[in-house]
This record gives sequence, C-alpha cells and structure tokens, in this order.
Amino acid sequence: MGAPADALKKALIAGLVTLGLCFPIVALRTDANFSNQLVLTPRWGLTFTLAAIAAVGVFLISLLRPAGFERATPKRALDTAPPHPFFRYLPRIGLVLLLAYPFLALAISASGGPGLLKLVDTYGIQILIYVLLGLGLNIILGLAGLLDLGFVAFYAVGAYSSALLTTTFGLSFWIVLPLAGILAAFWGVMISLPVLRLKGDYIAIVTLAFAEIVRLVLVNWVPVTGGYAGISSIPKPTLLGLSLGPEPGSLTSLLGIPFSPFYRLAFMYYLVLALALAAYWATLRLRTLPVGRAWEAMREDEIACRSLGINTVATKVSAFAAGAFFGGIAGAFFSAHYGFISPKSFEFLESAMIVAIVVLGGLGSMIGVVIAATVMVGGTELLRELGVLKAVFGPDFDPAQYRMLLFGLAMVMLMVWRPKGLIATREPTVRLKPQPTRGAPAVSAGE
Amino acid sequence: MDYFVQQLINGLTLGSIYGLIAIGYTMVYGIIGMVNFAHGDVFMLAAFIALILFLLLMQVLGGLALGLALVIVLLLGMALTSLWGWVIERLAYRPLRGSFRLAPLISAIGMSIFLSNFVQLVQGPRNKTLEPILSNVLVFPVGEGSVTLAEKQLVIMVVTAALLGVLWYVVRYTSLGRAQRACEQDRKMASLLGVDVDRTVSLTFIIGAMLASVAGLLWMMYYGVVSFSDGFVPGVKAFTAAVLGGIGSLPGAVLGGLLIGLIETFWSAYFTIDYKDVAAFSILAIVLIFLPSGLLGRPDVEKV
Repeated sequence: MGAPADALKKALIAGLVTLGLCFPIVALRTDANFSNQLVLTPRWGLTFTLAAIAAVGVFLISLLRPAGFERATPKRALDTAPPHPFFRYLPRIGLVLLLAYPFLALAISASGGPGLLKLVDTYGIQILIYVLLGLGLNIILGLAGLLDLGFVAFYAVGAYSSALLTTTFGLSFWIVLPLAGILAAFWGVMISLPVLRLKGDYIAIVTLAFAEIVRLVLVNWVPVTGGYAGISSIPKPTLLGLSLGPEPGSLTSLLGIPFSPFYRLAFMYYLVLALALAAYWATLRLRTLPVGRAWEAMREDEIACRSLGINTVATKVSAFAAGAFFGGIAGAFFSAHYGFISPKSFEFLESAMIVAIVVLGGLGSMIGVVIAATVMVGGTELLRELGVLKAVFGPDFDPAQYRMLLFGLAMVMLMVWRPKGLIATREPTVRLKPQPTRGAPAVSAGE
Repeated sequence: MDYFVQQLINGLTLGSIYGLIAIGYTMVYGIIGMVNFAHGDVFMLAAFIALILFLLLMQVLGGLALGLALVIVLLLGMALTSLWGWVIERLAYRPLRGSFRLAPLISAIGMSIFLSNFVQLVQGPRNKTLEPILSNVLVFPVGEGSVTLAEKQLVIMVVTAALLGVLWYVVRYTSLGRAQRACEQDRKMASLLGVDVDRTVSLTFIIGAMLASVAGLLWMMYYGVVSFSDGFVPGVKAFTAAVLGGIGSLPGAVLGGLLIGLIETFWSAYFTIDYKDVAAFSILAIVLIFLPSGLLGRPDVEKV
C-alpha cells in the first residue's frame, strides 16, 4: 500500500546521504597549479549525478524488494542422488581444456582475436600464479583457519631468494625452485612462532606487520636487494639444460625450427600449470593425512582439539610451513618468468588479493580457489580491456582506474551477500557418522 | 639534552595523532570485537576533507581569519567524516553481524581498498601540498641549547588533550557511554536490558570517525602533505598503538599512541630513518608475544 511512498522516502534519504558523502571530496577537486598552489575545481554535475544514481537505485531496489535485502543462505543439499554424469567428467574436461589452452589461444589470436602474449601470459600464466598462491594460503587460512594477511611475504622470500641465487651464484632454476620453497617454508616456521600464542584478528595483524617488515627490508637493504630498482635480468628456466630463446644453441635451433616466442610462453604456461596441479594434488593428499585432519579440526575448534590431544603448536607450524612452501615456489616461478622483481610486486594489496581469492573460494575448497582466482584476476584484467565503456563515458575514461575500486567493492559485497564464498558447500574430508544434522554451518563455530 | 627534548616534543606531537586514530580502533574492537581495517583510510579521507574545506574557506574568507577557518574545518570535517563512518558501518559491517568470524575483517579490508582507490580516483594520484600554516615557533632555552615548539605542535597537543577530556566525560558519565560499556561487557545481555545495540555500535563508529577526522586535520596541518595512500601505514601504526596499550582500553590507546610516536621519533633521530616503520611493526610483534593483553588491557580469559 504505502510501498511507493516508503521507497520514495528511502530514495530521498539515500540521495541526501550521497550528497553529503560527496560534498567536499567529489564536488571539489584539488589540483596543483603552475606555481604549485592548490586550487579547487568544482564538479557539481558529477556530484548531483552520483546522488541521483544512488536515489534512483535505492528507489528501484526498495520497490522491487520491499522487505529489504535478504541474504542468500546456502541451502542444504538434501538429495543424495549421484550428480549428473556431466559433473563427474567436469574435472577431466577442465584438465583437457587447461592443457589445450595455449593452442586454443594460438588459434584465437591467429583468427584476429587479442594478442597471444595477452592471452597466454596475462590470462593463463598470471591466473595460474594466483592459483598457486591461493592454494598455498588455502592451507593456512582455508584448512587451518589462521588468517594470514601477510602471505605475500612468503611470495617475496621465494622470489628474492631464487633471484639472488640464480643471479649471484649462477644456480639453475631447477635447483633454485625447491630451494626457494624450502627457504619460504623456513620463514613460515619463523613467523608461526610468534603467532602460536595469538588467535583470531591478532594473527592477522602480526602477519601483516611481518609482511610489511619484509617489504621494508627489501626496499631499504639496497646492496643486496637493489631497493626500489629491484633485481633484473634473472635467467629464464631451461628445458633439460636447453634454453628456449632465440640465441644459438637453444632448443629451437637444435631442432632446426624457426624461433617463435610462443614456445617459451607455452613452456612457462605448462610449467606453472604443472606446479599448480602438483600443489592441488599435494593439498588433496595432505588433507587425508593426520596432519591435514589436525588442520581442519583446529579450524573448527582449537580448544576441543587441544583437549583431544592434538599438538596445536606442531599443527600451526606445519600449516604455515606447508602454505609458505607453495608461496615460495610461486615466487620463484614469478621471478624466473618475468625476469625482474621489485618490492612493488609484494605490497599489501597482493596479500589482500590472495586472501580475497581464498575467501571467495569458500575457505578450504580447492576448486573454489581455482574459480575465484580466475574470476578475480581475470575479471580485473578484463576490465582493462573494455573499450565499450570508453564509447559510453567518453574517450578519456580509463576503465583500468576503476579496477581496484571495483575489487574492493566486490570484496565487501560478496561478504554481505555470500559470506561463505562462491563454493559454499564444503564437504568434510573425513566423516565418522553419516550426516550430522547440525543447524549452523561449520565455519561459524569459530567464535 | 636540547636535542633530546626537541625529539620528545616531536614524538609527543606525532603520538597525539596516532592516539586519536587508535581510539577509533580500540572502541570498535571493544564493542563488536572486530578490527576496523578501514579506519586508517577513513583518517586519510578525513585529511582530504579537511584540506578541501580549508582551501574553500581560505577562498571565501580571504586568508584573514585563520583561526576561525580552522575551527569551522574542524567542526564541519567531523560532521562529514562521521557521515562516512555511519554509512560504512551500515553498509559494510552491520549486515555481517552474526556471520562467521573473519567476514567483517575481510569486508573491512575491501572497504579500505575501496576508500583509498575512491580518493585516488576523485582527487587524483598526486600528493597534495599545502603551504605551511601555524609555523611560528616558540623558542625555549634548555641546557646549553634551545628547543623550538611550533604553534601547530602546541595546537595538536592541546586539541588532543581537550578531546580526550570530552571523550572521557562521554564514556564515563553519559547514557551513551554507559550503553557502550554495557555492550562491551555483554552485547546480548545489554540488548535484553533495553540497550539499543545497533544504535550504540553506530554511534561508536561515528565517534571513531570524528576522532579520525580531527587526526586527519591535525595531520594535514602538521605535515602539509596528503596523499591517497596515507591511510595504510598510519592506520597500522595506530592499530599497533591500540594493541600496545591494551585493545579495548581508551587510556591504553592514548598511551600506546604516545609511545609509538616517541619510539618512531627517537628511532629516526638516533638510529636510521629508513627502518623506523620496521621498529614500529617489530614492537607490535614483540608486545603481542610477551604481553598479549597490552599495557593497560585486561587479560583475555576464554570461557568454554
């Protein structure tokens, strides 16, 4: 009955609030003029447009959903019928697609699509690096339930140790790769020691502080790390001792085929794919081992765990070590693939990105990590490409600027609407009784 | 000796600003037990709001009444920033009440990323440099040398002290303060006894944002430079201050802020300026290991 009037009132309030929010910060832009003094440029049009958008949006939402926002609660799967055969073959189909991806990309770029480098490098390799990082953090955050906001530190340790070992001592990538993982795992053990006595949000802050310390050391320890200039010309990985570059003595010249940058890209793609699959498989195996079960038990209830005789100290340390190992491997691959690293790549935003991937993936679901990494990294990269928006908003509209803005907004909105992540149903690895009929989903028991 | 006293003054000035931000963290943590990760960015936003309002008033008033302009900026900035604080709590945190433990923290991280990029987008990525204001110095002889105290340093300390007095009165003697303390002890029981918990939490966020707004104005005045990325590091340091003082404790937050300010200043003065942030973050880790409840906090007893 009074729904339109009510909606109108809400819309008016939303409009006025937006106006208040935007008043100085959007309406008046500060710019330095030639004599380096700040001048104000009024932008009232933009302000009123934003307020109008907010008002209209709230009006429409409250008209269509007068009961207010309803949160999507994951429905419990009651049917125990076997899934459709398609889903049974889905992993195999996915694997085949992943293996065929470089060649698909080759075909797409040959038929006039976007460039090969973009397709394989940005969408293939970059996403897989994040999958690897996500799987690493998944052990710490998803399985063991320890919120690590400084995962990027392990990534940085892996990248810098592999870069320094290859450039200074001339070690091969293949020796350095496991070394980087082990060194990062060592750092994981070190950071886990102060964390042992803490819980919840404190772990988050200490790990964040730790990552900042690592980054600041990388910035300031110029003789070793090169400071902001970073380390460049890191040698590329070789295949059985043969390089894939254009120089003589490389694999292509040996085989007598003309050089193409595609070979190296495809090689790197398969390498990171193999690493990601290995990490996936390793996590799968770890989850069924006693240590993996202890991780998941600790996530659900640490006190119960301790009273049942599980050594929580060893459990936490091993979770950090295992997660950091994958982070270090990802770092070693990153440094070898791009050939250049600097502290810029290891800022807090990266940690936030990896945390977002694991959380959106559903905290513990590995396939969720893969999907979330594809959506988050691929989605934000895709935003750079959207020329369509340029046509709508004018030529000086740069969609890349909105990338992180939308990323932050997406994190908030997904928490509000789907707090359990994209893959909300997580099956326990071991189940003693058929199906416990507990009311609350497993994760909420953490409090 | 004079060098030491000079650094002491600088450290206390910086520490006052950290203390004001730290109160926002500690109050929110005390009531709903979440780390409001976006608080540092609210502070940065407040610094921008203060900068713009100040420039606007300088245009209108023609630079005649600096004091009047600063008072108007202070009050208007507090109002506008508290609106932001209210909206953020309403949209990003309230729907997550009762969700799983990490959800509000992750939402807050998203909000923090959103705010810094929003400011970068609407105000541009460059540093905003303001001509120095209130830079007249008072010179005191100390020992053989002398110590300078800039007017703005005096203003910062006086404003901080006055605000803390007001806040102490609010928390101690008003019905809002009683409601806050009740929610802090037991939210469910408080709501059963007729305390409007949602309103109390909203008001807590508003008070936190107001104090962050004052800190933003003081920061803008003290350094004369603001940038969209200024939220993160002061935010983490203020959180460190809150933890150092004992999270949930208001005097602890101020004490922690002053200590962090002093440690940072003395580290830069006597050791190397490059690693001053490392010093602050290391202290956070050390305090949490050896003194998990902070200097003035209550020990956290877990009931099963």
